[in-house]
Amino acid sequence: MSDKTIEFIEKGRRLDGRKLDELRPIKIEVGVLKRANGSCYMESGGNKVMAAVYGPREVHPRRMEDATKAIVRCRYNMASFSVEDRKRPGPDRRSVEISKVSREAIEPIIIKEHFPRSAIDIFIEILQADAGTRTAGINAASVALADAGIPMRGLVSACATGKVGGHIVLDLMKEEDNYGEADVPIAMDVQNDKVTLLQMDGRLTQDEFKQALELARKGCKEIYEMQRQALIAKYTV
Amino acid sequence: MSEDIISEIKKDYICALVEKGEREDGRAFDQYRDISIENGVVNKAEGSAYVKIGGTKVLVGIKIQPGEPFPDTQDKGVIITNVELSPLASPTFEDGAPREDAIELARVVDRGIRESGALELSKLCIEEGVKVWMVFIDVQVIDYDGNLIDAASLGAISALLDAKLPNERYELGKDVPVLVSDLPVAVTAVKIGEKFILDPNLDEEQAASTKLTVISNKDGGLAGMQKSGADTLSPDEIYHIVEMACKTAKDMRKKFLE
Repeated sequence: MSDKTIEFIEKGRRLDGRKLDELRPIKIEVGVLKRANGSCYMESGGNKVMAAVYGPREVHPRRMEDATKAIVRCRYNMASFSVEDRKRPGPDRRSVEISKVSREAIEPIIIKEHFPRSAIDIFIEILQADAGTRTAGINAASVALADAGIPMRGLVSACATGKVGGHIVLDLMKEEDNYGEADVPIAMDVQNDKVTLLQMDGRLTQDEFKQALELARKGCKEIYEMQRQALIAKYTV
Repeated sequence: MSEDIISEIKKDYICALVEKGEREDGRAFDQYRDISIENGVVNKAEGSAYVKIGGTKVLVGIKIQPGEPFPDTQDKGVIITNVELSPLASPTFEDGAPREDAIELARVVDRGIRESGALELSKLCIEEGVKVWMVFIDVQVIDYDGNLIDAASLGAISALLDAKLPNERYELGKDVPVLVSDLPVAVTAVKIGEKFILDPNLDEEQAASTKLTVISNKDGGLAGMQKSGADTLSPDEIYHIVEMACKTAKDMRKKFLE
């Protein structure tokens, strides 16, 4: 977070013309990959994200097996060309952390007990990055899981809220993420009103955090509806 | 943390206790184990802190040396945080490249220091675009008995308070204390059944389904958060934890950092 001064909000509108509580445009395509058991391509603002699900399948290495339930693995990866300055290929510390929290955001909704001794692998590739890649990745992965026919308690929907220019806003864009005061990525099981991912960096008072979480709840609901519609469109004959 | 071994019977016992409002070691839900901090324990380091929370022990050392700034922040110093889960600290820690637990831990400790504004990075510039101070915060876990995040975070800020800029060694004048502008404190709550307890010991940590770390500042505001673990939290549960964490952080700050 930097101290560079930009007017983020003028007359209730943001740099890209959005209202404070407005999401960027979202596009969801279900079942776009041939080899994966389930897949989803998603655009949200300038983010372009592909998610694939393989499994339930055999666990390799074998020692990772769980005799009582499936294990869930997740790999979040950024393409080297997805960002301004080329990113060195392969996992860095940031993507290791995001892989972990993304897995933990998705795991609670998967009914793992149905598939003992098997693995459900989730692969998230960020092809183009524009702030909010982890939440876009989780949204895509959740749809890909449904597309793979994995039994789930619901869908996970994710969005970030944050504070820019003194205002709590929904779905930060790049400039807001870089120069804003705080960033709060959140994922929720919307149907059950449970939070599965929560991170925060920057500075917020307790009251502002409450506002941010309430706004994320609203954002997640809207995303949930879009995910649902995309799945219905794909599977209605 | 790592995949540890805890028997089902032990887990059930801990969960049943918590359900009744009790803990194995008789603590209240929001009560920490005994905490002690010793500063200046490593004289080769610019600052250090040996933190014990119950059976958990971590040693944090600060090394500071001049280096090149990042291309996008030419006038700012650099913070680099690393955590070593040394195999001496637990039978489940292995040698080799840091795994996701160690990386997450380091990134959460880093987040606390960075986002709280504890270090004013612009004050760590020596010559814009050429030379800035690089502050290395290295956390060595010595004994793992749960709640590493809080121990490591407390160690990091305490070691920074103990640290000096080594101007003399690099012929930049006299050594001066590192300017610390805020005192972030991380407080972690774990979920056991439907209840929340602070400062879990190892068994409690392994019986827990998820945890939430809340980092708060001197002014009572929030500087960082991290949910870790594959279980859900309701918004009300989150508000409850945030409130409990901020209150506890205030007491800890007063007792150990001010």
